[in-house]
Amino acid sequence: MGHDAHETDAAAAVDFKEVQSTERFQELRKRHRSFVFPMAIAFLLWYFAYVLLADYAVGFMSTKVWGNINIGLILGLLQFVSTFAITGWYVSYSNRKLDPIASEIRHEIEGHEFDQHGNPAIGTAK
Amino acid sequence: MTLMVPAVNVADLKDTTLLNMGIFALFVAITMVIVIRASRNNKTAADYYAAGRSFTGPQNGTAIAGDYLSAASFLGITGAIAINGYDGFMYSIGFLVAWLVALLLVAELLRNTGKFTMADVLSFRLKQRPVRIAAAISTLAVCFFYLLAQMAGAGSLISLLLGISDWGGQALVIVVVGALMIMYVLIGGMKGTTWVQIIKAMLLIAGAAVMTFWVLAIYGFNLSDLLGGAVETSKNPSMLNPGLQYGKTETTKLDFMSLGLALVLGTAALPHVLMRFYTVPTAKEARKSVVWSIWLIGIFYLFTLVLGYGAAALVGADTIKAAPGGVNSAAPLLAFHLGGPLLLGFISAVAFATILAVVAGLTITAAASFAHDIYANVIAKGRDGGKGKADADTEVKVARRTVVVIGILAIIGGIFANGQNIAFLVALAFAVAASANLPTIVYSLFWRRFTTRGALWSMYGGLGSAILLIALSPVVSGTKTSMIPGANFAIFPLSNPGLVSIPLAFLLGWLGTVLDKRLEDTTKQAEMEVRSLTGVGAEKAVSH
Repeated sequence: MGHDAHETDAAAAVDFKEVQSTERFQELRKRHRSFVFPMAIAFLLWYFAYVLLADYAVGFMSTKVWGNINIGLILGLLQFVSTFAITGWYVSYSNRKLDPIASEIRHEIEGHEFDQHGNPAIGTAK
Repeated sequence: MTLMVPAVNVADLKDTTLLNMGIFALFVAITMVIVIRASRNNKTAADYYAAGRSFTGPQNGTAIAGDYLSAASFLGITGAIAINGYDGFMYSIGFLVAWLVALLLVAELLRNTGKFTMADVLSFRLKQRPVRIAAAISTLAVCFFYLLAQMAGAGSLISLLLGISDWGGQALVIVVVGALMIMYVLIGGMKGTTWVQIIKAMLLIAGAAVMTFWVLAIYGFNLSDLLGGAVETSKNPSMLNPGLQYGKTETTKLDFMSLGLALVLGTAALPHVLMRFYTVPTAKEARKSVVWSIWLIGIFYLFTLVLGYGAAALVGADTIKAAPGGVNSAAPLLAFHLGGPLLLGFISAVAFATILAVVAGLTITAAASFAHDIYANVIAKGRDGGKGKADADTEVKVARRTVVVIGILAIIGGIFANGQNIAFLVALAFAVAASANLPTIVYSLFWRRFTTRGALWSMYGGLGSAILLIALSPVVSGTKTSMIPGANFAIFPLSNPGLVSIPLAFLLGWLGTVLDKRLEDTTKQAEMEVRSLTGVGAEKAVSH
């Protein structure tokens, strides 16, 4: 269990409130939330619109488009397409916009544990 | 179009029992060897619960798919589409779209802040003891509902294979499955279980793929003709339209919405899925594994559409309903129709292994939750205050004992839940998870002001209302297909409680917080927020 003990100590030495108030962390937080919140609202609205249509607009959903394939089936399959698309979009956004800044902050804090200079001075070392 | 539909003679199945059982026994033997080999390095609690955090993203993603694609997805959804047509497809869509909640809002943040269980995250910046106990109780409840569904699936499958339709025979089958599962988890821990999930996921997806191509080939790779075939056999054109099952009355329409809500919000709150995010070394690997599993799960659910309508067209709803195992037997009957006893043997072995593996995953989650959250952090901590190495050893010992107890409870529960559609039973577990866990997960990750009182109100309120509404619903009493058909205390009309209990739990979490004058520790809140987004101080992989 040596690993666990070490990590807890390392985390305890960090002034998280100071890190939280840095501009860079606020930027990371903003970037994360400005992507995941609107996206979550969008796909939930699209999903519930689909559920409500299947529930209360049976005639519309049953309209045949091509052979036996109706609008309901097409909209259902589009739910699959949108899920795959949002997944890809989020991964590319994280790789470009979130990961670099997150690992920068992490390395700075964790690098701190190994130099023996007492007080962490995160945020001033920009 | 005069496509010949030879009837599947269910009685023929008995002749192939030996072959089915042989293939199944071979699978169990192979996985057992793997489990024993994988368990050699089980030294610490991190090894036992989180597989030493040593799996890669794709490996873990396949294991997540293995955990998630339970008997409900394979037997349950195929059966639901074969009998109820388009309304069964709703399960596929809900189960998949739900992964976006996990991917966007939960997976990485959880990996960065937690250690072994869901309660680690929920209690991070709130009062440890009460929140941990609440989270452990809801974990045990969700796992129990999920286990019921898997056990019901095992009963259906084996009663079909062996032609056992009497209560005692099926109960015996469930006892055997339960005993096997206890052995897996006791010996293998998380690492062994993860390997079983990976193998099983690949076999399940491969088996479903073969059947899908086979069905499509029969219809010249024309989906429209396949749908036409389903309409022809069922003599019911509304097979292809929404509403066959849920469109009858205003109440059933509400029930459909309730199901939709539970499905989409349940996944990100399932404790055994959340625990899978800890078996990878970093948050980035957690993200990779979710992406990997979304692709695998999505493709699998596209297969279920073909399999469901394929079973409707080639086997026919009446034959399925009349077979032992009922609606859950659609997929095995379709396999028998396509490839005879050999394919049936393979598909049944895979389905059986699916149940075994999912049950193992659920059991280890419940055991970890009890041993880590209730025993180590509440009972033992109160006793000797310390957290030394000896405690970690005892914790694993307690977890192993919990496995035995949960195994026995699941066996008893499974005997009583036998005969219900598995996808439907799992949807109840989703509703309980979404009500009891999701509000607190989301609030504690994203709402700075959130307090212990809010968490407790939301968790107990959500859990209590969901379970109470299920108990008072037509699922338990009042109709011919209820668990207790003789009694009638079904005063709640919906069969899925999600529409009421999920919004209620969110409301209670908010209300409990705004009425709470006590503020939580802002330092802890800062730590949680920084750690969740950056991964500072996250648990690392264990190297041996």
